[in-house]
Amino acid sequence: MSEVGSIATDQPPDLGRRKFLTAATSVTAGVGVALAAIPFIESWQPSERARALGAPVTVDVSKVELGQLVMATWRLQVIYIVRRAQSLVDALVQHDQDLKDPKSDNSDQPSYAKNEMRSRRADMLILIGFCTHLGCLPKQFFDPGDPVLGASWPGGFRCPCHGSRFDMAGRVFNGSPAPTNLRVPPYSFSDDNTLVIGLDTLAQGAA
Amino acid sequence: MASEADSKAASAPGLWGWINQRLPIDVFWRTQASEYYAPKNFNFWYFFGFLALFVLIMQLVTGIFLTMFYKPGATTAFGSVEFIMREVDFGWLLRYLHSTGASAFFLVVYLHMFRALLYGSYKAPRELLWLLGMFIYLALMAEAFMGYVLPWGNMSFWAAQVIINLFGTIPLVGPTLVEWIRGDYGIADATLNRFFSLHVVALPLVLLLLVALHLVALHEVGSNNPDGVEIKKKKDARGVPLDGIPFHPYYSVKDFFGVSAFMTLFAVVVFFVPTLGDLFLEKANFEPANPLSTPDPISPSWYFTPYYAILRSVPDKGTGAMLMLIAVLAFFFLPWLDRSPVKSIRYRGWIFRTFLGLFVVSFLGLMYLGLQPAQGIYVTLSRVFAVPYFLFFLLMPIYTRIDPVKPVPERVTFHA
Repeated sequence: MSEVGSIATDQPPDLGRRKFLTAATSVTAGVGVALAAIPFIESWQPSERARALGAPVTVDVSKVELGQLVMATWRLQVIYIVRRAQSLVDALVQHDQDLKDPKSDNSDQPSYAKNEMRSRRADMLILIGFCTHLGCLPKQFFDPGDPVLGASWPGGFRCPCHGSRFDMAGRVFNGSPAPTNLRVPPYSFSDDNTLVIGLDTLAQGAA
Repeated sequence: MASEADSKAASAPGLWGWINQRLPIDVFWRTQASEYYAPKNFNFWYFFGFLALFVLIMQLVTGIFLTMFYKPGATTAFGSVEFIMREVDFGWLLRYLHSTGASAFFLVVYLHMFRALLYGSYKAPRELLWLLGMFIYLALMAEAFMGYVLPWGNMSFWAAQVIINLFGTIPLVGPTLVEWIRGDYGIADATLNRFFSLHVVALPLVLLLLVALHLVALHEVGSNNPDGVEIKKKKDARGVPLDGIPFHPYYSVKDFFGVSAFMTLFAVVVFFVPTLGDLFLEKANFEPANPLSTPDPISPSWYFTPYYAILRSVPDKGTGAMLMLIAVLAFFFLPWLDRSPVKSIRYRGWIFRTFLGLFVVSFLGLMYLGLQPAQGIYVTLSRVFAVPYFLFFLLMPIYTRIDPVKPVPERVTFHA
């Protein structure tokens, strides 16, 4: 017993060894904690069920009247479906100078919607409704010269939360907190009156 | 002194001595209450720390009972809150105590923070005490926001949408982060359930830990006072500060008087105006969450509106979110921004007083503007009020140095 005690007390501690063991233990424990955190962090990802619920959605657009906004949901995104008057589409080219991104270069849309009207068809506007600022749903102000928004208002959307304004193609006006145009989901038409949201590989007829 | 008390209690006969040999209750009570010396010149502004602790306990108790009846889940949450309101005996009282408690918590915390601004309580040696307090404030904001989402009313839903999307402004990782926080492609059941867990388990634990650390730090450095004089500099032969009085019974009694007065006002709100005209509970939140309709107008709870007004006064997403973040985090730097040789406003000059006055006006102004719709004059005024708000912090290193201060007395001023 006394011999064991004398070994422990008589010899000076090997500080280099102690430092190495402390560092090695700390590093190993740190790596362990970091690895153990992964399953907890990953558990917050969308579940398998949430991912599986992303199937395409079909909407009959024959019931969407001229100037009407109909909402659908796809992958928990609110989808705006608007039937636009040709006069409003024709007017789209007249206010490019008031827009942040008139050519949709910095905005999020499929290639077939990267045009002046931001849609496959002139009459049907399909958008993800969430404002690109903080995700509220912009309200419809489709009448040009709306009394709330002034005589120069060409028709479009205005967000109730932070006042972002968009035109009839979902393009954002200067002075809005929203940085980019309203997003366009992938979509296609399986026939003239049937919109499929979430699937854009269907062959498109002449519309 | 502590060791003397130590041996006294531990050597006491019977059960009390037996316990204190094993668990130093007596020492704790002496060092933290009956022989913890606080400045004798506390005034009205020194009620609010204790009141904040009191409200915290009230929130914990009412929260525990609400959790017994509340059912998290997108299809059950709203109904269960209505169940609590209509069918649980005194359920309405539990809920209104909790919802009013949330607003009361922020009210007393804001007054508590204002006290620190008045008397320089964040200055050395209380920098850590202040930082811990600020972390409590941040945790409280998260706790309040998540609690607000739980009833799953329409305001709950859209508040969650807007606040979580704020994280989307972070470069590169933003969109991924937003999806991770939500746990789905939109605000959904998964979001509600994790907020429930954080609101009732994780954040209360964090809050309790931070409050404990806040109190340990306070009792280590000792309280500041309206004169900003360090009472520990003048001690008697026994080592007791000349201007100190024991916390118990002097301030325990004073603080419980404060609680009585506070609870009287609190009860008036709970029993007569629990919604306080849309300020404490909003009309739009009495209808269930509707993912297809944003309430118009939309605004957060009053205690967030100063920051919200700053956010939406900027016509650029990233800059707006950044300025809002800075507006909150600026408080953390006060101990190092303030270069004044004096702590208390009593001995500061007109420059600091002017800046503090403008800051209070801008904070309250932004609070009002954040509750108004985001258009026209309200947005313009938000920009105007944001200027003195930021200048208060930004120019502080300069104006606190050139401020004509008055001489600080050796001892606290006290009139019995």
